[in-house]
Amino acid sequence: MTTATATVLLNWGWIARNLGPIGESVVEHLALTAPPVAFGFVISFGLALLARRYRGLYQPLVRVTGVLFAVPSLAFFALLIPFLGLSRTNAYVALTIYTLVVLVPNIVEGLDGVPRDVTEAADAMGYSPAKRLLKVELPLATPVIIAGLRIATVTIIGLVTVTAFIGFGGLGDDILTGYNRAFPTQIIVGVTLTAALAIAADLALLAFQRAVAPWRQGV
Amino acid sequence: MEVFLEGLLWLVDSEHWSGHNAIPLRVREHVLYAVTALAAGAAIAVPVGLWTGHTGRLGNVAINVGNLGRAIPDLGIVAIAAVLIGFGILPVILALTALAIPPLLTNTYTAVRGVDAEVRDAAVGMGFTGWRLLRQVEIPLALPLIFAGVRVSTVQVIATATISGFIGRAGGLGRYIFDGLALLDIPRVVAGAVLVALLGVLADVGLARLQRAVTPKGFAAALAEREAVASPPGG
Repeated sequence: MTTATATVLLNWGWIARNLGPIGESVVEHLALTAPPVAFGFVISFGLALLARRYRGLYQPLVRVTGVLFAVPSLAFFALLIPFLGLSRTNAYVALTIYTLVVLVPNIVEGLDGVPRDVTEAADAMGYSPAKRLLKVELPLATPVIIAGLRIATVTIIGLVTVTAFIGFGGLGDDILTGYNRAFPTQIIVGVTLTAALAIAADLALLAFQRAVAPWRQGV
Repeated sequence: MEVFLEGLLWLVDSEHWSGHNAIPLRVREHVLYAVTALAAGAAIAVPVGLWTGHTGRLGNVAINVGNLGRAIPDLGIVAIAAVLIGFGILPVILALTALAIPPLLTNTYTAVRGVDAEVRDAAVGMGFTGWRLLRQVEIPLALPLIFAGVRVSTVQVIATATISGFIGRAGGLGRYIFDGLALLDIPRVVAGAVLVALLGVLADVGLARLQRAVTPKGFAAALAEREAVASPPGG
């Protein structure tokens, strides 16, 4: 590559010619983000309920997910290769595990934060434990749970870029390709759109939270 | 499970404990990158967080910069820095510094802002103003929460310092992970991952002890609920 092209940070012509592929990267990025967040939420919910029933499980659970989080994401994908190969499942499994460290504590703390008077009132009104959870505790815990979901989603949108090294990546693939071609424009497009997606997802979840839990605007 | 065993055997193989790609060397490089980035990040984030928290000005900016930082992918920062300023450790340090700033900034700001208004009023009533108020009242009370930010940043930076392996002519434990992946030498990847995770956990445990040591007596109990403000890791 020549120095003349290296000084051009943003080649708008390239962007204009590649709107199609860039759009595909965005869609792929979302397709890589949604399943891990969804699976992570379902698994975390189960683990959180388990931790609330068997209190002794909670601290070990938090510790184990914390240690898993200390494993670099790329290493995580690599470690799964012997079991899952360079597959989409590989990316989903590793990313799902990363959501647990945020979601499990948030769901537990959210449900624990429901005032005792409220749960006792529900019991006195004859609510079964399941109905109490669904009709009373869960709605009241929504702001805290969604706060966790926001952090998990933003984190996963960032980590999806790393899946470029195992052949996926969404916008991360643009970052990696731009790096390999020493072409700043493609890297900047990848970085900017990844950040934009993260911010958009964060704001969308915030709007959702305000719609379903309007009594707590401050969070 | 066999893979993990092979990884552990790779770790204890004496061949990997000497030479230009030796484990102690890679660990030292990894720690050097992480510590440099954390120091640079703290040098920027802590003064800004203290000032915005103390004056209450630009608080939203501090929080938003913190959140925005979390949205920007580290891989992208390293890639763009490497292409623009060349290969070597500088792009790695830059990306890690950018990563270290958000939790430090958000926690420092929240910590100082969160100092009990009554305590602050009492201090002002006793004649504390400006710098003395910050240094003798606000900082000591904010220190535990600031430390929570340091812990989050440290674990993230140590895990993400792996990205050094992406850049030619940079060392660190990322070399094992990236080179191992390129060569499909999975035991080497496992060894690298185990070492990085171990470093992260050790640093977290060490800082947790330090955090307890700097917590003013009688304040520890009241702190438990405020700790929840500390953002969880995301590397």
